[in-house]
Amino acid sequence: MKTVIIALLCGLLFGAGLTYSGMASPAKVLGFLTLGPGWDPSLIFVMGGALAISLPGFWWLRRKQRPWLAESFSSPASNHVDGRLLAGAAVFGLGWGLAGFCPGPALVSIGFFQGAALLFVPAMFAGAVVAGFLRKR
Amino acid sequence: MIPALAGGALIGLSALLLYAALGRIAGISGIAFGALDAGSRAWRLPFLAGLMGGGWVAVLLGAPLPFAALPNALSGLAVLTVAGMLVGIGTRLGSGCTSGHGICGLSRLSPRSLAAVAVFMSVGIVTATFLRRVLI
Repeated sequence: MKTVIIALLCGLLFGAGLTYSGMASPAKVLGFLTLGPGWDPSLIFVMGGALAISLPGFWWLRRKQRPWLAESFSSPASNHVDGRLLAGAAVFGLGWGLAGFCPGPALVSIGFFQGAALLFVPAMFAGAVVAGFLRKR
Repeated sequence: MIPALAGGALIGLSALLLYAALGRIAGISGIAFGALDAGSRAWRLPFLAGLMGGGWVAVLLGAPLPFAALPNALSGLAVLTVAGMLVGIGTRLGSGCTSGHGICGLSRLSPRSLAAVAVFMSVGIVTATFLRRVLI
């Protein structure tokens, strides 16, 4: 029960943060990704505001043996930069630059019944399922 | 600038709380795609429900309503669909998106995340700039 409440609270904070920062609107994100006249640096401040909290927080947590409500930290073990990681990041960047949507803002926009997200999110899940098969091969 | 910094701080707080309490990475792509697997929904579904509800909380407290209308040209619809598929494939292959790599990964000082962020930021900037400054 505590797990469900914490997860819900974290989701609420995340969704509120994305919306309040303006990043839930693709036009705002494209304003950052598109260099030139009228360039909008907001996304840097959003990431800066997030890292200002999470970076020292994660540093402080690094000596903890286990989280409050779970057996262990489920952080990725690998530190190895490989081709799949870089290719995946490049494909993601391409899609992000085309539409201005990444997964968080797209899901928040679904909550507001925004037409673009209603098309984008099913396509995104379809892509993830396809990539899941590719990964298993 | 204030909404960007304050909204970012809420996101950072969410990522920190999720890791401190449940030991989980607040990566939206991983959480969303992980929820497709029936066995791992216990904390993922409430997080995703909160994510969508959180947008409404912000709007009710005075944040502007997010806007993302469906394009009215067929080409726009096609681009949006292709973009969605690319984001799904890319974040799954690359094990993360803007939140998982960009916030949690960088906070963990992960070399993988640093590399991923450098690549998707650069490709995103080149793509959007080329599309909107050169093509259109």
